[in-house]
Amino acid sequence: MPITTDQQIKGINFSEFAFRKILFISAISIVILLFCFFLTLVASSLPSINTIGIKFIYGVTWDPVSDKFGGFPFLAGTLFTSLLALIIAIPFSLSVALFLGEYFRTGLISAIFKNIVELLAAIPSVIYGFWGLFVLVPLIRSLETKIGVAPYGVGILTSSIILSIMIVPYAVSLTVQVITLVPADLKEAAYSLGATRLEVIRNIILPYTRSGIFAGILLALGRALGETMAVTMLIGNSHIVPVSIFSPGNTMASVIANEFTEATGKIYLSALIEMGLFLFLVTTIINIIGRSVIKRFSIS
Amino acid sequence: MVTTIKYREFKNKLFKVIIILLTTVCTLPLLLVLYKIFREGISAINWDFFVNLPKPVGETGGGIVNALIGSVLLILVASVISIPLGVFTGIYLSEYRNTKLSYFTLLSVDVLTGVPSIVIGIIIYLWVVKTMGGFSAISGSIALSVMMLPSIIKSTEETLKLIPNTLKEASLSLGVPYYRTILKVILPAGITGILSGIILSIARVAGETAPLLFTAFGNPFINTNILKPISSLPAIIFNYAISPYEDWHKLAWGASFVLIIIVLFLNIITKIAQRKWKVQF
Amino acid sequence: MEGTILKTFNFSANFGESQVLKNISIEINRNEVVAVMGPSGCGKTTFIRCINRMHELTQGATVNGDIRVDDNSIYTMNLIVLRRKIGMVFQHPNPFPTMSIYQNVVAGYLLNGIKLKKTERDEVVERSLKRVALWDEVKDDLHKKGTFLSGGQQQRLCIARSISMNPEILLLDEPTSALDPISTAKIEELIFELKKNYTIIIVTHNMQQAGRISDRTAFFYLGELLEFNDTTELFINPKHEKTQNYITGRFG
Repeated sequence: MPITTDQQIKGINFSEFAFRKILFISAISIVILLFCFFLTLVASSLPSINTIGIKFIYGVTWDPVSDKFGGFPFLAGTLFTSLLALIIAIPFSLSVALFLGEYFRTGLISAIFKNIVELLAAIPSVIYGFWGLFVLVPLIRSLETKIGVAPYGVGILTSSIILSIMIVPYAVSLTVQVITLVPADLKEAAYSLGATRLEVIRNIILPYTRSGIFAGILLALGRALGETMAVTMLIGNSHIVPVSIFSPGNTMASVIANEFTEATGKIYLSALIEMGLFLFLVTTIINIIGRSVIKRFSIS
Repeated sequence: MVTTIKYREFKNKLFKVIIILLTTVCTLPLLLVLYKIFREGISAINWDFFVNLPKPVGETGGGIVNALIGSVLLILVASVISIPLGVFTGIYLSEYRNTKLSYFTLLSVDVLTGVPSIVIGIIIYLWVVKTMGGFSAISGSIALSVMMLPSIIKSTEETLKLIPNTLKEASLSLGVPYYRTILKVILPAGITGILSGIILSIARVAGETAPLLFTAFGNPFINTNILKPISSLPAIIFNYAISPYEDWHKLAWGASFVLIIIVLFLNIITKIAQRKWKVQF
Repeated sequence: MEGTILKTFNFSANFGESQVLKNISIEINRNEVVAVMGPSGCGKTTFIRCINRMHELTQGATVNGDIRVDDNSIYTMNLIVLRRKIGMVFQHPNPFPTMSIYQNVVAGYLLNGIKLKKTERDEVVERSLKRVALWDEVKDDLHKKGTFLSGGQQQRLCIARSISMNPEILLLDEPTSALDPISTAKIEELIFELKKNYTIIIVTHNMQQAGRISDRTAFFYLGELLEFNDTTELFINPKHEKTQNYITGRFG
């Protein structure tokens, strides 16, 4: 047996202790990090919360020069673009999820489409924005000319289309996950009763995966709410409340992106941070709900 | 109304056609984006593009060397910060599965995944930029490292969880201390999965723009000092894309092409790695 | 050296609330082969996992009483020293997947950071592989991965890995249960050889195997040590009704 001296054993014991401490500190630092995020955002939002108060939510005028910080146009813009993007994305996401999770589960076709969806998710936001600016905006502009609305090109619809392209892969990956979890014997039982595939999808798969699909859509919404670059480039950056899908507007994330570095006043900066706090809280809640639904789904 | 079998089968077929159709439509954006970027990008690229600094409007032959160097530096420093922290946290999560701390850490990781990148930009601005008194590469790297953490932690945890417990026991029964067992037996057995996670997280942050807007900021010159503002590929794409000048758009297309190639390359590498270098148990 | 090498005193082990070993007292002599037998769930695996303190790795696992190796309590001994003294081979062959056959044999040295000269290492590898009768089969493939070997070869490689550290006691946890009959026969032969140098404690659910290879057999039932006797004696003349039932195949 190799001789181990007391000295060596002391060294090993110390390394052992240090290693376990490092693991523990790493894990706890992630929790602390997130908690400090929250504290920092709250603390830095306080000046704005105290001076502007509830008017921050319903005020429609955003004019930093005259100290008016009504955030409603951005709240409306954010919800408008995100929900519209969700409406566009849902049929596509469900189709792709059924395609990959039910119709073509294995094989070359499945592999090709799986990779395409993954690459769709890999393209950086700023490139989607750039592409949208030079390809989508002219298209929308000519559409707007045709139907006789002000041809901005940029605006809610343009942003929503790009947003939907960006959230489809995300929703798909979550939804495929739950669709493939539907027990085979449930489906087989229905087939053995003579059901067609569509009937199995409608009566077995969709009811079974309802909560999982809901969670997938919710998490996709969370992503859309905070998406910044592409929207900033395509929404038109107008501080008015959007009234139609062709209106230019602004989202909270894009206002932050555009104005943060030039925000001079204390309240101005704090108001922008308050929007960040809002985004942080909303996405945190969405993620906690969404993930817990999916986790519960995968266990049962 | 009686639904005949024929009608049911027709609906069934129709539905399948619709699914295939919508799925195909979904692939269009990828093809269209890649087509546009490749067409515009390749024509923008030449030797000057990789070695020159951006030129003022009106002068031809400008390049993006500052952004290339900036992106590489930003990601390197971000990796140095996030890889050890992420891997150690992942080890903790796979080793201590039922502790309170692992529950809260996992929850935090999930939440962190969803925090919009612009919000991370705000926080790092408040923590680092404000404290240091100015924009800097290091602040950009810190922001990117926060964005890399969740995927490194998750991939480490999920990979290590799948490694058979008997491997650990075999090592411990040889009298190998716990820390050496983890570092020399468990980590090497999971290295492919962990590396894939790291590379994918690099691919993701290589294109991140929002958190850099008010941290690394941008710099028209070559900078290798991490305490000074620095340029990056996504920042240059953003700034030049929204500029009104044709020459600058051209630079932005070229930069987009380079960025896309990098991102695709990193994604493909992980695909190959996962298949080829998988450790057999 | 003759005499007792391992001794347990009123030893009990728990997983949370449930007690899996109850007041085990046993003495095992140097260079003997002891078979640990019993129906599944009787605690036989837990028993040998307690000897090198593997049992405590499981969350919620606790122990009571004492185990002494060479008259030193395993709970006061340094864990690493203890485990280097006691080798263990598992139910499923588990060579290190990232290491070659060669590295697997000297894994104990490599992982512990014990420096050996190249010639010393070669010697250890050759000696250990010869002892497990694997040398001739793998000597040309030493730098291939251990996981490419057959199950039986992998298991012998794992035994080689254990004995390369020169332990005093070898714990075998159903080492042949995942193997085919030919590989099993090889391992049994090997145990017979290894007995000259090591004390061997082998868990098995195979009575014939216990009969073939062990000097003494311990019969566990529901966490209790019912009987511990010379193997032949235990098989021919079981003292306990439960033992009788088991070896005549009435349950288990």
